[in-house]
Formats: sequence, structure tokens, C-alpha cells
Amino acid sequence: MIEVQSLSRFYGTHRAVDDVTFSVGENTVVGFLGLNGAGKTTTLKVIAGLLTPSAGSVRIDGVDMTSASVDFRKRIGFLPETPPLYTEMTVTDFLMHVGQLRGMTRDQVNERLPDVISRCQLEGQEQRVIAELSHGFRKRVGIAQAIIHRPKLVILDEPISGLDPVQIVEMRKVVQNLATESTVLVSSHILGEISQTCNRILVLVDGRLVADGSEAELAARFNTGHALLLTLTGSEDAVKAFFEGRDDVATWSVDRVEAGRVRARVDLKTDTREAMVADLVKAGLGLRHLEDAQDELEEIFMDLTRGGKA
Amino acid sequence: MRETLLVARRELATYLNTTWGWVILAMVLLIDGLLFNAFALTEAPRYSADVLEDFFFFSSGTTMIAGVLLSMRLIAEERQSGTLVLLETAPVTEAQIILGKFLGAFGFLAVITLATVYMPILIEVNGKIGWEQIATGYLGLLGLGASAVAIGTFGSALARNQLSAAVIGAVMLVMMLLGWLLARITESPISDVLAYGALFDRHFQPFMRGRVNTESIVFYTTVVFAFLMMATHVLQSRRQA
Repeated sequence: MIEVQSLSRFYGTHRAVDDVTFSVGENTVVGFLGLNGAGKTTTLKVIAGLLTPSAGSVRIDGVDMTSASVDFRKRIGFLPETPPLYTEMTVTDFLMHVGQLRGMTRDQVNERLPDVISRCQLEGQEQRVIAELSHGFRKRVGIAQAIIHRPKLVILDEPISGLDPVQIVEMRKVVQNLATESTVLVSSHILGEISQTCNRILVLVDGRLVADGSEAELAARFNTGHALLLTLTGSEDAVKAFFEGRDDVATWSVDRVEAGRVRARVDLKTDTREAMVADLVKAGLGLRHLEDAQDELEEIFMDLTRGGKA
Repeated sequence: MRETLLVARRELATYLNTTWGWVILAMVLLIDGLLFNAFALTEAPRYSADVLEDFFFFSSGTTMIAGVLLSMRLIAEERQSGTLVLLETAPVTEAQIILGKFLGAFGFLAVITLATVYMPILIEVNGKIGWEQIATGYLGLLGLGASAVAIGTFGSALARNQLSAAVIGAVMLVMMLLGWLLARITESPISDVLAYGALFDRHFQPFMRGRVNTESIVFYTTVVFAFLMMATHVLQSRRQA
């Protein structure tokens, strides 16, 4: 449905997006992940039609953004990081204006409004002036304007920036709900957000697409380490002796010793945590706590942005 | 055309729903009224046609200033507040955006200009002038005003904020007004071009005296078209920036 082919974008001599190619099917939430300056926003702006590509093409259902730009834009809904809102208007008047601007009649907008209000959880705010709304509600009005015309592709640039934890949880539901009628591209530099919201992840580093897949696929592909944090009862010497004698341990370190408990970090060569736990018990070291040292996605991301496994 | 009118309607509504639009309306009416009272209505006996000519002379200045002040926000404000994205991602061409913005601002300027009509009516009631003379003067004012709004729209497309837009628009407007001065110190054919390009001297004065000048209508139309084209080009070039 959405095909991005060899997309490049220069700002002067600086190459912000470098030969990016991917395609996305319908009803998918795709996350763009990258450090600040990685090219996420530029890529999304090009796909949204705000910037022309220096090279390459973007097509939605075969409609090319360069040769049929107006037709292409009918298929796009875009929410930049700061929602573009006419704050002197009421929510309903604003959505009516944007809907008509995107080719809908008044009747079509009126018919569509209840669904959009419900999807964006804006019930009760319809007649309020946008200037009076909280940041969270303004974000939702921003999403509402992006989906009012039932676009094929909804592009959300950092949709949770500036939101409090409650608003983030609500926004997550709103974004996932959008995928029932559109494909959604979300950019974020917050790993947890991408991990929880998206079915598929694209990782950009220095404008290049260095990874593409689900979190599980990326984990398998990049063979992330298995780092664990352990809290054990026993002496520090016994713990050291235990880890030194194991072939499946790549590296280990003792972080802290207090009140008869040893806190250690262990990097396993393969995921042999069950066998190791059994051996710990056999060795008389009581296991009080065990957790992953890092989220898998975080580990992949760190490797990719360091260029280690890209 | 539908998209153009949508943009124009929103602009018009913005002027009517914000203080800025009403402040400009009030200022134009106040200044025109004061100038009319102080200079046009003197105690010495004067021909009604001369009084009307003075009225259009004063009004031309306030109309041009109002045109620049109304148009400075058209693009620059949207750029400042980030709402230009709404228009740029909508299935609307840059030409439709610019034309819609221009029509909205010009529509409001036309309302302001026509709100001064009570002054010529006073001259007509108490003196001897024809309605055609009044209508011709207003036609000239609208031509001059449309040119000022188009120049201001171009300034607004170039600028990052409204203040810069007003300065750019005002500088361009003054340059186009002073063409006749430069024409005096240059030789033909440059002087001919400069004299023809002057917004007020050659093109507005016939309207003040009640003469419809086809050449001037063509001139004002060309100025509007040229500056709107340039503003459109500026918006288009943003996508390539």
C-alpha cells in the first residue's frame, strides 16, 4: 500500500535521509525509531508531502507524491510534534473547516464527526474553544484533524511528547485504535513507546534505515545478549567462584554486597538462564531476585546507534 | 475554487472574530474622518469635486497602510504558529492558498473602505457631485488596496514573523509609490518605466478626479497578479528548501 523507494533528502549538502526503502501494508502501526537528528522527522515530512524528495519516490496505492501531489495528499493525515490548531475555533468548527479543506462536504463531515470524536476520546469537548483545552486534549484534536477525511496513511510525529503518564496511556489507546481504518506511522525516540504501540519498527541512524521488523524479529536478527541482574544470598567469594566456573557466561560483575546479599550482573552467551538458576540452587546460593538488565529493544537500539551490529 | 473560497472564508472570519481586524477598521475610520474634517471641510468655499478629490487622496494613504497591516499576518502568522502545515498537507495547491488568503484580506479591506462612504455621501448631500464620481474614486481605492494587499501577501510569504512581514511589505509599497520621483531624475526609457510602475501618481490620480482609466485597471490587476504569483512561488519553494 505505501511504498517508499530509495528515498533521499538533502538540506544543502547535508544528507538528512539516505536511500531509505520500505513498504507497509494496511492497518499496521509502524514506529520510526532513532536518536535526535537521525532523520525521522525529515522522512515523515517527505512522506507527508511537506518536503519534496531529493531522490526516490513515495507512493500510496500507486499514487505518486511527485506526479500527483494533490491526489497524494488526500490520502495523508499528518500530526506534527506541535499540533497545528486554529486555537480561536471550537473543536467542531475546526474539524469542519479541516474536513472541508480536505475535500469533504459539510454533510460528510457531520456524518464522520461522532466517530472521530469517539476515536480520539474527545467526548464533551466538541463545543469548547481549542485555546481553552489542555495539552493532552490539543494533541487529540491534532489527531482528529489528521483522520477526519479517513486517510489511508496517518503520520504522527512524536505524539506523546509533553504528555503526562495518564495522557500517554490514553494516547497509546488512541493510536492503536487508528490502525483499524488506516496505516499509522509513528516517530519517537522513546523506546518503550514504540515497543508498546507498534507492530513493526524501522530504525534510522544518520538518515539510513538500519533495521526493519517486529521487536521479536529484530531481537532474533541482531542476536542480542542476555544480560541479567541477580540478587543472591551467600558470600561474595562463593558467587565469584560460581560464575568463574561457567562456560555460558560471557562477562559478569558484582555490583553491590550488603547484609549477606550479593547483587551481580551477568551477560550470558546464550539464553541459559533456567540451567543457571538450577545450578545456583544446587550450589547453595539463594536466588532472591532476577531480572533482565535491559529491555531487548533498548539493547538492539544501543547496538544499532553505536553502529556495532548494523 | 471551492478550496480557495474556504481559505478566504476563514481569513475573513479571523478578521471579524479578532481584535486586530476591528482595530484596523476603527483606525481607518478615525483617521479618514479626522483628515476629512480637518483638511477637506474648510471654511473657505470650495467645489464639491475638489473636496471629494481630497477625500480620496487621504483615503488612499489609509487604504494602503491598512492593506499592508491586514496582509502581514496571512502567511507569517501561520508559519509562526505552525498551522501552515494544515494547508500544506491538504489537497490544495499553493496558488489556491495564496488566492484564498488574498481574497479574505481584500474582502475585509473592501468592507473597511466602503465603510467610509458616509463622507462622500455628506459631500453629495450638501454639494454637487455625481454618484459616478464617487463610484470611480472607490474603484480606484479598491485597485490601490488590492495592490497593497497583494504586496503585503508577498511580504508575508517571505517573512518568518508578522513584524518582518509588515516591514518587507511597507518597504516594497513605498518603493512602488516613489517610482514617480525617480522618474524625474532619470531619462527615457527608464523614466517611462518608473513612471508607469508608480502605484499612486499616474494610476490613482485619474480615479480621484472621477475618470475611469482602463490602463490603470490593467496596471493594478497586473500588480496583484505578479505579487500573488511570487508569493505562490515562495510557498512552493518551501517544499524544496
